[in-house]
Amino acid sequence: MLSYIVRRVTYALPIAIGVTILCFLLIHLAPGDPLSAVLPDNASPEMRRQLAALYAFDQPLPVQYFIWLKRILVGDFGISIQSRRPVIGEILPAIQNTFILATAAVAIGFPIGILLGAIAGFVNGTALDRVVTSIAVTGVSVPHYWLGMVLVVVFAVNLNMLPAMGMSPSGSGNYALNWEHLQHIILPAITLAVIPAAIIARSVRGTVADIRQREFVGTLYSKGLRPSRILLHVAKNAGPTVLAVAGLQLAQLLGGSILVETVFSWPGSGFLLNSAIFTRDLPILQGTILILALLFVMINLLVDVMQTMLDPRIKRS
Amino acid sequence: MSQVTAERRQLLKAMLGAGVATMTPAPLFAQAAASKVLRVAMTVADIPLTTGQASQGGEGTRFIGLTLYDGLINWDLSRSDVVSTLRPGLATEWSVDSETKMLWTFKLRPNVKFHDGSAFDADAVIWNLDKLIKSDAPQYDAAQAAQGSQYFTSIESYRKIDAGTVQIKTKVPDAVFPYQIAGIMYSSPSRWEEVGRDWGRFAQRPSGTGPFILERLVQRDRAELVKNANYWDPARIPKSDRLILLCMPDANTRVAALLSGQVDFVEAPAPDSVPRLRKSGMQIITNLYPHVWPYQLSVLEDSPFKDVRVRRAANLAIDRDGLVKLLGELAVPAKGQVTAGHPWFGTPSFQIKYDPEGAKRLLREAGFDPGRPCKIKVMISTSGSGQMQPLPMNEFIQENLTAVGFEVEFEVLEWEALRGRRRAGAFAAENRGRHGLNNSWSFLEPDIGILGVTMDRLRPPAGYNWGGVNDPKLNQLGERAKVTFDPAEQNKILAEIHSYMVDQALWIWVVHDLNPRALGPKVKGFVQAQSWFQDLTPVYVEN
Repeated sequence: MLSYIVRRVTYALPIAIGVTILCFLLIHLAPGDPLSAVLPDNASPEMRRQLAALYAFDQPLPVQYFIWLKRILVGDFGISIQSRRPVIGEILPAIQNTFILATAAVAIGFPIGILLGAIAGFVNGTALDRVVTSIAVTGVSVPHYWLGMVLVVVFAVNLNMLPAMGMSPSGSGNYALNWEHLQHIILPAITLAVIPAAIIARSVRGTVADIRQREFVGTLYSKGLRPSRILLHVAKNAGPTVLAVAGLQLAQLLGGSILVETVFSWPGSGFLLNSAIFTRDLPILQGTILILALLFVMINLLVDVMQTMLDPRIKRS
Repeated sequence: MSQVTAERRQLLKAMLGAGVATMTPAPLFAQAAASKVLRVAMTVADIPLTTGQASQGGEGTRFIGLTLYDGLINWDLSRSDVVSTLRPGLATEWSVDSETKMLWTFKLRPNVKFHDGSAFDADAVIWNLDKLIKSDAPQYDAAQAAQGSQYFTSIESYRKIDAGTVQIKTKVPDAVFPYQIAGIMYSSPSRWEEVGRDWGRFAQRPSGTGPFILERLVQRDRAELVKNANYWDPARIPKSDRLILLCMPDANTRVAALLSGQVDFVEAPAPDSVPRLRKSGMQIITNLYPHVWPYQLSVLEDSPFKDVRVRRAANLAIDRDGLVKLLGELAVPAKGQVTAGHPWFGTPSFQIKYDPEGAKRLLREAGFDPGRPCKIKVMISTSGSGQMQPLPMNEFIQENLTAVGFEVEFEVLEWEALRGRRRAGAFAAENRGRHGLNNSWSFLEPDIGILGVTMDRLRPPAGYNWGGVNDPKLNQLGERAKVTFDPAEQNKILAEIHSYMVDQALWIWVVHDLNPRALGPKVKGFVQAQSWFQDLTPVYVEN
């Protein structure tokens, strides 16, 4: 197992380097001049040169890349063009806020998805299965920013039951597990949870239905095992597939959602990216995308390892 | 909040609270009862720079610049019925020498303190000018210099005369210099020393002389400001004890936050939400301000707009009343660069109105006909500050122009990309073949509104003359305005320039935004000035 983990980590390294190159190049392929974000309309050429030198924009692209890479390897993601604060200090609180929201969305979406999928898989082909499948298809199809707005209109504006936006009445610092804070997370978490719940439900349904057709399940029935025991065997076999899907969904949730976080003014990584895009804050964009992409690579690696631990048969050669 | 709503809340809390032992009841969206709190939803996604020269354009200056800081000269934002003008700020009076017209003397207001208690004096003024201009000064801040450079490009030198007097010399006689000096904000040298000469740390604990003091800053979330009870102008000591500025870039979120009682004051509600807001008892405040939604035109050799008949035809082709209806009546048709009734409007002989037949006739005279339409390529943006609703508005106008014989091609750009193309000028290589661009414009002061867009020597990067206008009459009038120091006389010249601009149809002027804001029913004291800036000191929520 250790050699497998080492091999997987080794495979992940070139991917991570590729991610850094892509992050860097994608930003530079975007239209417009990054200096426009900080320069006034009638800035002098001298001021333009000064700021370009400050941010190394006056260097050739490969040189800029290596300067940037060298810095990030020691945790220096540069200084935000807009706020003039270290990028890492901007990104970490945002990722923490997204993590809080993603945790709530996981807590809502994953159990519901697994439960609905398992039910549909067990009653495959029945009316109940069709109902659950319809719910799942709807969940995948509904644009989450639209759902977010509908939830806000119903629960915040019309019923005045829950807040429309923000992390708490006092902002995003010092998050606590109390009603003041939790009431703010309900609507965005439900909004974010719908798509992963639906995807997991569909995947679990397919996996469970497939496993139920296998011979060993028939054998278990013929041996007279109780349904709960059979469910346990099915769950164990479905585990790796569910884990893979859930892992991907978790990574996406941790990546934040620009639209949902903007609709709910949730100051997470999606909101940060939105702000950075509109202000053309290149260091923030690069830093955030890089960290999120590396997080994605890391979670995939983790899921791969966990899958292998759950089912050694799928260990890659 | 109603009893029914409270019960719903309790029920929901009970349902959701089963597994959460630590939940503690708290009133939903409650205003602090003991003090007056004003919660404002801004359109920006991040809190503007708090160090002095605010970032994020007019909104940054409005909410951070003018709340935490003052200029030597301030804007008078106390009236809604007249165009905002200048008034004494940290300087009680100023004058220019009668001989060279380049030496400005500012008498400083005595007994003004920064928020940290240190004194505001001539040394502080010099220190702040060095902060922006002198790149080898320890306190030089490139970020603030970038934000404020349009305000100090005229300055050649400056010196302290005594503790209460400073003198600033301009490079050339410049009668609009007071408007520029109004944009420079003064940060506390003592606080900068106290935070270890670090502007990043200063941003967290800024100290200015303004009517509010920053108490808490959570980036991309909120800035919490408290009343400066010792503010030097007793008439402008804030009526609210606390001002909470919240980042809400999405218009629907701002509206929802207002309707659900989470905020008291929102910037720029979406036009289609206005009926609902009114129905819910919210106040919709609108007013003219120095804003115009135009097309700047290239008059270079390769542009059809070099012919005044084509420019006039385009201005006559647009059904502005129809467009205003599309915008929910939150705009007024434009008659020129400035609003009718503005001191600079003048008496143009060419009337900007909807006259499609007149437009067709002019195009025919210019050599175009249905078989040979006038082909134009115009750059537009998908969004942006002051751009209102650029896509539906441009589509509407495209139909109008097509109907009279234009063939319009749009090049749709992201906002900052469009601004970059504007800064480059129509003569730049990347703008070849482009005949116009749609960039909302301000006429807050003479330079940006009138002179900078009409004088040949003020082509980018020196000014804003994107289209390459080079008219001897405009150049001569512009130079005269620059050296006319009597405001009334200067206004006359500006009116003459504006009349000529309209007669020459230098741009296509479409509408003036009415700058809607939505306020909760209990918000009192807000006077919407005819300005990009507003004064929040008289605003409060009635408990």
